[in-house]
Amino acid sequence: MVQVYASSVIDASADNVWSRIRDFNAMPMWHPLIADSRIENSQPSDRVGCIRQFHVRDGGTIRERLLALSDYEYSCTYEILESPMGVTNYTATLKLTPVTDGARCFAEWSAEFECAPERERELTESIGSGVFQGGFDALKRHFGGR
Amino acid sequence: MLQKIVRSTIIDAPIERVWAVLRDFNSHDQWHDAVETSRIEGGERSDQVGCVRSFTLRDGNRIREQLLTLSDTEHKSTYCIVEATVPLQRYVATVALKPVTDGNRTFWHWESTFATPPGRERELREMVAHDVYETGFENLRAHLRAGGDQRAPRSASSMPTGLLMPTRRVVVPRYGDADVLTAEDGRVAAPGDGEVRIQQRAIGVNFIDIYLRRGWMPSMLPVAPDAPGVPGMEAAGTIVDVGRHVNGLLPGDRVAYLGPVPGAYCTLRNVPADWVVRLPAEVSDDVAAALLLKGVTADYLLHDLARIGPGSRLLVHAAAGGVGLNVCSWARRLGAVVLGTVSSDEKARVAREHGCEHVIVTRDYRFADAVQRACGGADVVIDGLGDVARDENLAALARRGHWISLGQAGGPLAPLPPDALIAKSLSFSRPVVFDYVASRAQLAERAQHVWRALADGAVKPPTIERHPLERAMHAHARLESRGTIGPLILLA
Repeated sequence: MVQVYASSVIDASADNVWSRIRDFNAMPMWHPLIADSRIENSQPSDRVGCIRQFHVRDGGTIRERLLALSDYEYSCTYEILESPMGVTNYTATLKLTPVTDGARCFAEWSAEFECAPERERELTESIGSGVFQGGFDALKRHFGGR
Repeated sequence: MLQKIVRSTIIDAPIERVWAVLRDFNSHDQWHDAVETSRIEGGERSDQVGCVRSFTLRDGNRIREQLLTLSDTEHKSTYCIVEATVPLQRYVATVALKPVTDGNRTFWHWESTFATPPGRERELREMVAHDVYETGFENLRAHLRAGGDQRAPRSASSMPTGLLMPTRRVVVPRYGDADVLTAEDGRVAAPGDGEVRIQQRAIGVNFIDIYLRRGWMPSMLPVAPDAPGVPGMEAAGTIVDVGRHVNGLLPGDRVAYLGPVPGAYCTLRNVPADWVVRLPAEVSDDVAAALLLKGVTADYLLHDLARIGPGSRLLVHAAAGGVGLNVCSWARRLGAVVLGTVSSDEKARVAREHGCEHVIVTRDYRFADAVQRACGGADVVIDGLGDVARDENLAALARRGHWISLGQAGGPLAPLPPDALIAKSLSFSRPVVFDYVASRAQLAERAQHVWRALADGAVKPPTIERHPLERAMHAHARLESRGTIGPLILLA
C-alpha cells in the first residue's frame, strides 16, 4: 500500500474554504488540473455514493465515487473507479481543520493505493505535488494567502 | 456537563523539532510560563507511559498528571489529571502535531474534556483555553525562536545572542588575479531586522566570484584600500541566531542561502531571511553549497527561460562544468537532444555520463559546423563562454533559436547589434539567477525542484572538489584553469 500525504495552511476560515471545495462536482471551479466534471445519473453531488466523471487538462477521464462527506468534520473521502493512472484500491480524503488562533485553516489531502512497484515514486510525486499541492496552491491564490 | 476545549495553531518549525520538546512529559518548566517546576515521580523516565509528573504552577497551584498515550508515529500525547488543587475533574487532554508539508511547518492541536463544580465552568474554561493552551503556544514559539531547545537541558548558559562574534573571511583588497585573495579576521554584529546569522560550513564557488575578483562588476563588489570586498553568493550552514521580524527560521536550523549581494567567503555571516531555505535531512551542507545556485540556475533556464521539452535541441557550453552537468542531465530527462562543448576528452566522458549525447571537444571555440551536422542547428544555446564564442554561437543556432548568455569566462561580450539576430529571427537573453528567486517563496520553490530532481535522478549527485576557505585562491586558480569537472566548494 502506497501512502501520499500533503498539507498546507490556507488563510481563510474552514467554513469559507469548505464552501469552495465541498461540492463533489465543483473541482473544475477551483482545481487547475481539472477541465470539466459531471455527476452520473443526475444524482445530487452531495449524495454519498454518487459518481463524478471528469477530464483532467491533459485529456484523461477519471471516475470517482463519493464514499463519505462530513460538513461537521469538513472532510470528503472518495475512491477511484476508473482512471488512466494505473492505480488500484485508491481512496483519498480531503480534510480541513480550523486553526483557532486566526482566520485560517489546516488542509490535509491524503491517499492510499496500490500500483506497480516501479511506478511508486512517479505516482507519489504526481499525486502529492501535482494534484494535492497544486490544489492547495490554487486555494491559497484564491484566498489571497501567502 | 462535560466541557470541551479545542485550541490550535501553526508553529514555524519542522514537526521533528516541535515534537522533540512536546514529547518530553517533563519539559514544561523550561518553556511554559505558567509552570514553575516539574518533576517525574518515582524516578521514572519522562517517556514512560504511565509516569506521573508533578507541577508546581507560578500561581501556587499544584497538579499531578499521568501520561496515558505517547505516540512518535502520530506525534500525539494524551494525559489526565490525577490530583490537583484546581477543581478540574475527569480532565483528559491530548496534544497532537501534524506536519504542514507545504512549508515544513507544524500544525499543533491541543484539546481536552473535563467537568467542573457548578458555576465555575466559565472561569475554568478560560483558564485552560487561555492560560494553559494559548499561552503555551506563544511560550513555545518564543522558546524555539530563542533556541531554547538547542541548549543542553537544564543548563543556565544561553546562546551568545546579541554579541559580536568572530569570523574568518577571504577578501579582495584590490581587483586582480587569484593571488589577490587574502584571508583575515573580522567580526559579525548581531543579526539586524529580518536577518539571520549563519555559521557557515560550505561555500559555493561560482564563476561570478571570479568576475567580481577581476573587477568586471565593480558596482556589485566595490573595493577600497580600507574596505576590501568579500566575494561569494551562496553557502550552507546552521543558524546561530535570528533578528526581529524573522518568521519560519530558528537558531539551530540547517540552511543554505543564495543572494544578490556578495560576502559568502567567510565562516560567519548575517544575511536577509528572504535568501534562506531550510535544508531537508537528505541534503548535506556540501551538496547544498555545490548545488543551490547551479541547480536553481538549471531549473529556471530549462523550465522558464528556454522552455525545454521533448525534441528541443540544446547546446550547452562548458558541459562538464558545475552548471553544465546539471543542465545536461536535467534537459535529457525532459526529452531534449543535448549537445555540449568541452575542452578535454576526460570532460567529454563525464558530460556523456550526464546525458550529453553529442559532445564536441574543442579548445579553440569552433563548434558551429559540428552542431549543424549533428542536429541541423540548436534551438537554445546556454553560453558561459562570452566573446570568444560569439560568431560560432550565431552560426550554431537554428532558425528562431535562443542564445542565452549566462557568463563570459572567455572575455566580456562586446555589444551585440540587433541586426546580428535578424538573419534567423534569433533571440538573445542575458539572465541573472537572482531575478528568478526574488522572493523567499520563489527561492523555496526552486530549491524544492532541485532537491526533488536530485532525489529522482534528473540531477546526478555532484562530484565535488573541496578546498579550505583559507585557500580560496587555489580554488579560483583551478576554476580559471578550465581543468575542473563539476562544482567547487570552500570548507569553512
